[in-house]
Amino acid sequence: MRTLHLRRTALRLLVLLASTFIALTTAFALGRLSGDPTVNILGPTAPPEQREALRHELGLDRPPLTQYLDYFRSVFTGDFGDSLQFYQSNTTLILERLPYTLQLVAAGMTIAVLIGVPLGVLAATREGTWWDRAASTLALLGQSVPVFWLGMMLVALFAVKLGWLPAGQSGTPRHLILPAVTMSLYPMAHIARLTRASMSEALAEPFIDSARARGLSTAGVVWRHAFKNALMPVLTIVILQTGILMSGAVAIEYVYSWPGLGQLALQAVQFRDYPLVQAIVVFGALTFVVLNLLVDVIHSIVDPRVR
Amino acid sequence: MSRLDVKPAVKEPQAPRRATGGGRRTRRARTSVFWLSVPLAAIAALVFILPVTGLLPDGGQNLSQTRLPPAFLAGGTWDHPLGTDKRGQDVLTELVTSGRVTILIGLVGALVAIGPGVLIGMLAGYLRGWVDRVISIFIDAQLALPFILIALAIISNRGSSLPVLFSVLALTGWAACARVTRSATRTIREQQFILALRAAGASETRIIFRHVLPNLAGTVVALGTLQIGTAILIESALSFLGLGVVPPTTSWGSMLASGQDELGQAWWIAFFPGLAITVLVLLVNLLGDALLTHYDPRKRRR
Repeated sequence: MRTLHLRRTALRLLVLLASTFIALTTAFALGRLSGDPTVNILGPTAPPEQREALRHELGLDRPPLTQYLDYFRSVFTGDFGDSLQFYQSNTTLILERLPYTLQLVAAGMTIAVLIGVPLGVLAATREGTWWDRAASTLALLGQSVPVFWLGMMLVALFAVKLGWLPAGQSGTPRHLILPAVTMSLYPMAHIARLTRASMSEALAEPFIDSARARGLSTAGVVWRHAFKNALMPVLTIVILQTGILMSGAVAIEYVYSWPGLGQLALQAVQFRDYPLVQAIVVFGALTFVVLNLLVDVIHSIVDPRVR
Repeated sequence: MSRLDVKPAVKEPQAPRRATGGGRRTRRARTSVFWLSVPLAAIAALVFILPVTGLLPDGGQNLSQTRLPPAFLAGGTWDHPLGTDKRGQDVLTELVTSGRVTILIGLVGALVAIGPGVLIGMLAGYLRGWVDRVISIFIDAQLALPFILIALAIISNRGSSLPVLFSVLALTGWAACARVTRSATRTIREQQFILALRAAGASETRIIFRHVLPNLAGTVVALGTLQIGTAILIESALSFLGLGVVPPTTSWGSMLASGQDELGQAWWIAFFPGLAITVLVLLVNLLGDALLTHYDPRKRRR
């Protein structure tokens, strides 16, 4: 048993390392091999000497293999060079914006879990009723709406028309409400759908009938027996969605002018600040790997069957 | 020879219950496919036929009629049913012209994603072994990067244009399609008729393209439908950020961008395109879900 578990973990780790490697290589290829970025950075009319100078500064005049190895060294040392527009180290810039994004993601995810999970459980325990249909439609709606548009409409209603809440900037908890609610919507829908599926599967298990037969209360059966078994997929998606929101909520951060990572990524693209884009992409990929590892660790702690 | 130890395709004890349940569900799915197609066809008709009829208000600029509210609000007129924007252009007319762009990008964007996705997923699912393992690692790696980061990496280098937009849609969409196709193919290749074909001496290429692929058709159609919704959402987000369609082309996403600055004075400029995206994507997603149940009754979950 013990060796089997060790082999499983090792294999899992190997696959994860391989996919990190490929993700990082893809990021490299997308950034460096898809053409000469200096044309876009300096504009088509820039003199060739200037372009050559920039190519040299970015290290693009070296052989691709050297660039590739250098790139991997930077991944390990955490030194991603300097930004072209902020004249600061990319790592510093990312770390500066990270707290804001973390704050927003944490608040958004909390709302998403607190509403999404009960909604999914409600739908699963009343499978086939109109409660179920309403919850499922609501969840599908959450996955169909462009969330940044919903954010704009919340601004128009609560900030402009009613004047209850501030719309832009950050700092106080009041500033956090609208962006966090907007942020929570997509993961909430995802969590609700997954909770429903996972719960309805757990509720069909024979041990649920046996728990009922032993005279346990409905709430006890649902939460203590079924939900415990349905928890893992939900936990997985919560953690993975967190990873996606960390760098993927560009449009939402833009709508609320939230000074997070997404906003930084957008600024980087708009100014063709190409070393910074690269650094953010690598950061996004590494976040994903770390969170995936976390999922595995939690899985083996929570679920004794995996151990 | 390990290919010959084929498991039975149907789990015996559960077969009768699933058969009846699946039948009813399939019938319900078929009716909902019909009822979802009606509004979708209506939207397509509106967007593609309305401009030809000449019923739409003039789409040009009119600086004496800027930021007119929609007709159902105080101050609105029926000359401009959904109001006008900051240049006095009719919002309804713009909505219809931009809708054509959005829908076409959604369709093409879905095609460029499911084409390679289905092919790769089918090979992984059919060939198994190391091919499957390598492809699976690539799928995982692709799903590791948030789509927006891939998009930003490409756009920061190539600028924005339609070809760039489609390559973004292809790169971000193929992996999810490949994953679903892979598992569907694994189920198909376990079935008896594949074994029979192989025994009869059919070549692997022939089995894959003449027998596995047609059996995947339903799944592919459902996947493609869902991918249209995803493509429209991605395009909207990118165009909203100014990284998608390039002016003078407008899509619903770029309409949202111009409405963003006007939220204080004229919320309707951003409201209607966003509503249009939501309704269209919701219908497409419902249709895709219905098709998925319709073509794969075993897939009860999700």
